[in-house]
Amino acid sequence: MIWPAVIVGSLGAYLLKLFGYVIPERVLDNPRLQRLTAILPIALLAALVGVQTFSTGSAVTIDARVAGLAAAIVALALRAPFLVVILVAAATAAVLRGAGLAL
Amino acid sequence: MWQTQFLSLGMFTGASQFALVGILGTGGGALVAVVTALLLGARNSLYALSLRSFVTTPRRPSIVRTMGQAQLTIDESTAMAIRYPQGSPQARHAFWATGIAIYVLWNLGTLIGALGAAALDDPRTLGLDAAVPAGFIALLWPRLRDRSTIALAVVSAAVAIALVPVLRPGLPVLSAVLVALVAERLMARRRA
Repeated sequence: MIWPAVIVGSLGAYLLKLFGYVIPERVLDNPRLQRLTAILPIALLAALVGVQTFSTGSAVTIDARVAGLAAAIVALALRAPFLVVILVAAATAAVLRGAGLAL
Repeated sequence: MWQTQFLSLGMFTGASQFALVGILGTGGGALVAVVTALLLGARNSLYALSLRSFVTTPRRPSIVRTMGQAQLTIDESTAMAIRYPQGSPQARHAFWATGIAIYVLWNLGTLIGALGAAALDDPRTLGLDAAVPAGFIALLWPRLRDRSTIALAVVSAAVAIALVPVLRPGLPVLSAVLVALVAERLMARRRA
Protein backbone atom coordinates (compact mmCIF):
# COMPACT_ATOMS: atom_id res chain seq x y z
CA MET A 1 0.00 0.00 0.00
CA ILE A 2 3.03 2.29 0.12
CA TRP A 3 3.70 2.75 -3.60
CA PRO A 4 0.08 3.70 -4.43
CA ALA A 5 0.14 6.28 -1.61
CA VAL A 6 3.46 7.65 -2.84
CA ILE A 7 2.33 7.91 -6.45
CA VAL A 8 -1.19 9.23 -5.83
CA GLY A 9 0.13 11.66 -3.21
CA SER A 10 2.85 12.99 -5.53
CA LEU A 11 0.48 13.37 -8.46
CA GLY A 12 -2.09 15.13 -6.27
CA ALA A 13 0.49 17.49 -4.77
CA TYR A 14 1.70 18.41 -8.27
CA LEU A 15 -1.83 18.99 -9.57
CA LEU A 16 -2.52 21.30 -6.61
CA LYS A 17 0.49 23.41 -7.61
CA LEU A 18 -0.47 23.44 -11.31
CA PHE A 19 -4.07 24.24 -10.38
CA GLY A 20 -3.04 27.66 -9.06
CA TYR A 21 -1.52 28.59 -12.45
CA VAL A 22 -4.24 27.39 -14.77
CA ILE A 23 -7.59 28.14 -13.15
CA PRO A 24 -9.27 31.55 -13.49
CA GLU A 25 -8.06 33.83 -10.68
CA ARG A 26 -11.47 34.52 -9.18
CA VAL A 27 -12.00 30.85 -8.20
CA LEU A 28 -9.33 31.07 -5.50
CA ASP A 29 -9.93 34.75 -4.89
CA ASN A 30 -12.18 34.15 -1.91
CA PRO A 31 -11.14 35.64 1.45
CA ARG A 32 -12.61 32.76 3.42
CA LEU A 33 -10.78 30.15 1.36
CA GLN A 34 -7.55 32.14 1.58
CA ARG A 35 -7.76 32.45 5.35
CA LEU A 36 -8.44 28.74 5.63
CA THR A 37 -5.54 27.77 3.37
CA ALA A 38 -3.27 30.01 5.42
CA ILE A 39 -4.17 28.47 8.78
CA LEU A 40 -4.67 24.86 7.69
CA PRO A 41 -0.91 24.07 7.63
CA ILE A 42 -0.57 25.46 11.17
CA ALA A 43 -3.34 23.21 12.50
CA LEU A 44 -2.14 20.13 10.61
CA LEU A 45 1.54 20.54 11.50
CA ALA A 46 0.67 21.10 15.17
CA ALA A 47 -1.52 18.00 15.19
CA LEU A 48 1.31 16.01 13.59
CA VAL A 49 3.76 17.27 16.24
CA GLY A 50 1.34 16.21 18.98
CA VAL A 51 0.52 12.78 17.62
CA GLN A 52 4.06 11.90 16.53
CA THR A 53 5.44 12.90 19.95
CA PHE A 54 2.82 11.60 22.35
CA SER A 55 1.48 8.42 20.81
CA THR A 56 2.45 4.91 19.83
CA GLY A 57 -0.22 3.20 17.76
CA SER A 58 -3.49 3.85 19.59
CA ALA A 59 -1.93 4.61 22.97
CA VAL A 60 -1.00 8.01 24.36
CA THR A 61 2.61 7.63 25.56
CA ILE A 62 5.42 9.68 27.03
CA ASP A 63 8.94 8.64 26.08
CA ALA A 64 12.27 10.05 24.92
CA ARG A 65 10.54 11.82 22.02
CA VAL A 66 9.08 14.36 24.48
CA ALA A 67 12.61 15.32 25.57
CA GLY A 68 13.61 15.44 21.90
CA LEU A 69 10.74 17.83 21.17
CA ALA A 70 11.68 20.05 24.13
CA ALA A 71 15.26 20.18 22.87
CA ALA A 72 13.99 21.04 19.37
CA ILE A 73 11.93 23.94 20.77
CA VAL A 74 14.99 25.29 22.62
CA ALA A 75 17.03 25.01 19.40
CA LEU A 76 14.30 26.85 17.45
CA ALA A 77 14.12 29.60 20.08
CA LEU A 78 17.89 30.01 19.60
CA ARG A 79 17.26 30.35 15.84
CA ALA A 80 19.08 27.15 14.95
CA PRO A 81 18.75 26.03 11.31
CA PHE A 82 16.36 23.21 10.34
CA LEU A 83 18.96 20.44 10.20
CA VAL A 84 20.46 21.38 13.59
CA VAL A 85 16.99 21.32 15.19
CA ILE A 86 16.42 17.80 13.94
CA LEU A 87 19.87 16.56 14.96
CA VAL A 88 19.50 18.07 18.44
CA ALA A 89 16.13 16.33 18.92
CA ALA A 90 17.41 12.96 17.69
CA ALA A 91 20.61 13.19 19.75
CA THR A 92 18.68 14.10 22.91
CA ALA A 93 16.37 11.10 22.54
CA ALA A 94 19.28 8.79 21.64
CA VAL A 95 21.38 9.86 24.65
CA LEU A 96 18.47 9.48 27.09
CA ARG A 97 17.74 6.00 25.73
CA GLY A 98 21.40 5.04 25.74
CA ALA A 99 21.69 6.10 29.38
CA GLY A 100 18.56 4.15 30.24
CA LEU A 101 16.78 7.30 31.42
CA ALA A 102 13.84 7.06 29.02
CA LEU A 103 12.03 4.58 26.82
CA MET B 1 14.41 3.71 -0.38
CA TRP B 2 13.11 4.36 -3.92
CA GLN B 3 9.79 5.37 -2.43
CA THR B 4 11.48 8.08 -0.39
CA GLN B 5 13.38 9.34 -3.41
CA PHE B 6 10.27 9.28 -5.57
CA LEU B 7 8.55 11.54 -3.01
CA SER B 8 11.31 14.14 -3.21
CA LEU B 9 11.33 14.06 -7.01
CA GLY B 10 7.58 13.92 -7.48
CA MET B 11 5.88 15.48 -4.49
CA PHE B 12 8.60 18.02 -3.62
CA THR B 13 6.85 19.79 -0.77
CA GLY B 14 8.47 18.95 2.55
CA ALA B 15 5.58 19.10 5.00
CA SER B 16 3.43 16.83 2.81
CA GLN B 17 6.27 14.35 2.33
CA PHE B 18 6.94 14.15 6.07
CA ALA B 19 3.24 13.78 6.80
CA LEU B 20 2.79 10.97 4.28
CA VAL B 21 5.78 9.04 5.59
CA GLY B 22 5.01 9.81 9.24
CA ILE B 23 1.45 8.52 9.00
CA LEU B 24 2.35 5.43 6.96
CA GLY B 25 5.25 4.72 9.34
CA THR B 26 3.05 4.79 12.44
CA GLY B 27 0.43 2.42 11.08
CA GLY B 28 -1.99 4.91 9.54
CA GLY B 29 -3.86 3.95 6.40
CA ALA B 30 -2.69 4.93 2.92
CA LEU B 31 -5.84 6.96 2.26
CA VAL B 32 -5.49 9.02 5.45
CA ALA B 33 -1.81 9.58 4.68
CA VAL B 34 -2.57 10.85 1.17
CA VAL B 35 -5.43 13.09 2.33
CA THR B 36 -3.28 14.68 5.05
CA ALA B 37 -0.40 15.22 2.62
CA LEU B 38 -2.68 16.86 0.07
CA LEU B 39 -4.33 19.11 2.66
CA LEU B 40 -0.84 20.31 3.58
CA GLY B 41 -0.05 20.80 -0.11
CA ALA B 42 -3.16 22.89 -0.77
CA ARG B 43 -1.34 26.08 0.19
CA ASN B 44 0.86 25.65 -2.89
CA SER B 45 -2.22 26.42 -5.02
CA LEU B 46 -2.45 29.82 -3.39
CA TYR B 47 1.29 30.36 -3.78
CA ALA B 48 0.92 29.59 -7.48
CA LEU B 49 -1.93 32.06 -7.71
CA SER B 50 0.07 34.90 -6.18
CA LEU B 51 3.21 33.95 -8.12
CA ARG B 52 1.39 34.44 -11.42
CA SER B 53 1.83 38.20 -11.29
CA PHE B 54 5.39 37.96 -9.92
CA VAL B 55 7.05 35.33 -12.06
CA THR B 56 5.04 35.03 -15.25
CA THR B 57 6.16 37.08 -18.23
CA PRO B 58 3.63 39.25 -20.10
CA ARG B 59 4.01 36.96 -23.10
CA ARG B 60 1.84 33.87 -23.08
CA PRO B 61 3.93 31.34 -21.12
CA SER B 62 4.70 27.98 -22.70
CA ILE B 63 3.07 24.89 -21.26
CA VAL B 64 6.40 23.28 -20.44
CA ARG B 65 7.52 26.36 -18.57
CA THR B 66 4.33 26.53 -16.54
CA MET B 67 4.59 22.84 -15.71
CA GLY B 68 8.16 23.27 -14.48
CA GLN B 69 7.20 26.40 -12.61
CA ALA B 70 4.38 24.49 -10.90
CA GLN B 71 6.71 21.81 -9.56
CA LEU B 72 9.05 24.41 -8.06
CA THR B 73 6.19 26.27 -6.34
CA ILE B 74 6.95 25.80 -2.65
CA ASP B 75 7.31 27.90 0.54
CA GLU B 76 10.89 28.96 -0.15
CA SER B 77 10.69 29.88 -3.84
CA THR B 78 7.50 31.85 -3.20
CA ALA B 79 9.02 33.70 -0.25
CA MET B 80 12.08 34.69 -2.29
CA ALA B 81 10.13 35.80 -5.36
CA ILE B 82 7.55 38.00 -3.63
CA ARG B 83 10.28 40.16 -2.07
CA TYR B 84 10.81 41.76 -5.49
CA PRO B 85 8.43 43.90 -7.59
CA GLN B 86 5.71 42.05 -9.50
CA GLY B 87 6.78 40.91 -12.94
CA SER B 88 10.37 42.09 -12.44
CA PRO B 89 13.33 40.05 -13.74
CA GLN B 90 14.62 39.85 -10.14
CA ALA B 91 11.43 38.18 -8.97
CA ARG B 92 11.68 35.67 -11.84
CA HIS B 93 15.33 34.94 -11.15
CA ALA B 94 14.73 34.61 -7.41
CA PHE B 95 11.95 32.11 -8.05
CA TRP B 96 13.85 29.92 -10.52
CA ALA B 97 17.19 30.07 -8.71
CA THR B 98 15.67 29.24 -5.33
CA GLY B 99 13.39 26.57 -6.76
CA ILE B 100 16.08 24.79 -8.76
CA ALA B 101 18.73 25.02 -6.03
CA ILE B 102 16.38 23.59 -3.42
CA TYR B 103 15.11 20.90 -5.81
CA VAL B 104 18.66 19.64 -6.44
CA LEU B 105 19.83 19.86 -2.82
CA TRP B 106 16.59 18.43 -1.43
CA ASN B 107 16.91 15.40 -3.68
CA LEU B 108 20.60 14.92 -2.92
CA GLY B 109 19.83 15.14 0.79
CA THR B 110 17.03 12.61 0.36
CA LEU B 111 19.34 10.18 -1.44
CA ILE B 112 21.97 10.40 1.30
CA GLY B 113 19.32 10.00 3.99
CA ALA B 114 17.66 7.06 2.26
CA LEU B 115 20.99 5.26 1.76
CA GLY B 116 21.93 5.91 5.41
CA ALA B 117 18.57 4.77 6.77
CA ALA B 118 18.71 1.55 4.72
CA ALA B 119 21.87 0.63 6.67
CA LEU B 120 20.19 1.11 10.07
CA ASP B 121 18.88 -1.63 12.36
CA ASP B 122 16.63 0.17 14.82
CA PRO B 123 15.99 3.83 14.06
CA ARG B 124 14.97 4.36 17.68
CA THR B 125 18.53 3.85 18.95
CA LEU B 126 19.60 6.96 17.04
CA GLY B 127 16.50 8.85 18.18
CA LEU B 128 15.18 9.07 14.62
CA ASP B 129 11.59 8.73 15.87
CA ALA B 130 12.21 11.99 17.78
CA ALA B 131 13.52 13.61 14.59
CA VAL B 132 10.07 13.31 12.98
CA PRO B 133 8.13 15.59 15.36
CA ALA B 134 11.18 17.89 15.50
CA GLY B 135 10.93 18.27 11.72
CA PHE B 136 7.23 19.13 11.98
CA ILE B 137 7.75 21.71 14.71
CA ALA B 138 10.61 23.28 12.74
CA LEU B 139 8.21 23.69 9.80
CA LEU B 140 5.52 25.02 12.14
CA TRP B 141 7.73 27.48 14.07
CA PRO B 142 8.00 30.33 11.51
CA ARG B 143 4.20 30.25 11.05
CA LEU B 144 3.53 30.97 14.73
CA ARG B 145 3.37 34.73 14.31
CA ASP B 146 0.94 35.87 17.00
CA ARG B 147 -1.21 34.74 19.88
CA SER B 148 -4.04 33.42 17.73
CA THR B 149 -1.77 31.18 15.61
CA ILE B 150 -0.11 29.82 18.77
CA ALA B 151 -3.52 29.13 20.30
CA LEU B 152 -4.59 27.39 17.10
CA ALA B 153 -1.48 25.20 17.17
CA VAL B 154 -1.91 24.25 20.84
CA VAL B 155 -5.60 23.41 20.43
CA SER B 156 -4.97 21.40 17.24
CA ALA B 157 -2.25 19.35 18.92
CA ALA B 158 -4.35 18.76 22.06
CA VAL B 159 -7.43 17.67 20.12
CA ALA B 160 -5.40 15.30 17.96
CA ILE B 161 -3.68 13.71 20.98
CA ALA B 162 -7.02 13.35 22.78
CA LEU B 163 -8.42 11.45 19.79
CA VAL B 164 -5.50 9.00 19.57
CA PRO B 165 -7.09 6.28 21.75
CA VAL B 166 -10.46 6.65 20.00
CA LEU B 167 -9.66 6.75 16.29
CA ARG B 168 -7.61 4.53 14.00
CA PRO B 169 -3.94 5.56 13.63
CA GLY B 170 -3.53 8.47 11.22
CA LEU B 171 -7.08 9.78 11.59
CA PRO B 172 -6.52 11.95 14.71
CA VAL B 173 -4.33 14.32 12.66
CA LEU B 174 -7.26 15.08 10.37
CA SER B 175 -9.19 16.56 13.31
CA ALA B 176 -6.96 19.59 12.67
CA VAL B 177 -9.11 20.37 9.63
CA LEU B 178 -12.16 20.81 11.88
CA VAL B 179 -10.15 22.91 14.33
CA ALA B 180 -8.95 25.10 11.44
CA LEU B 181 -12.54 25.52 10.16
CA VAL B 182 -13.70 26.69 13.60
CA ALA B 183 -10.66 28.98 13.93
CA GLU B 184 -11.37 30.55 10.54
CA ARG B 185 -14.93 31.37 11.61
CA LEU B 186 -13.67 32.89 14.88
CA MET B 187 -11.10 35.01 13.04
CA ALA B 188 -13.71 36.19 10.53
CA ARG B 189 -16.10 37.15 13.30
CA ARG B 190 -13.42 39.09 15.18
CA ARG B 191 -12.51 41.01 12.03
CA ALA B 192 -16.14 41.89 11.29
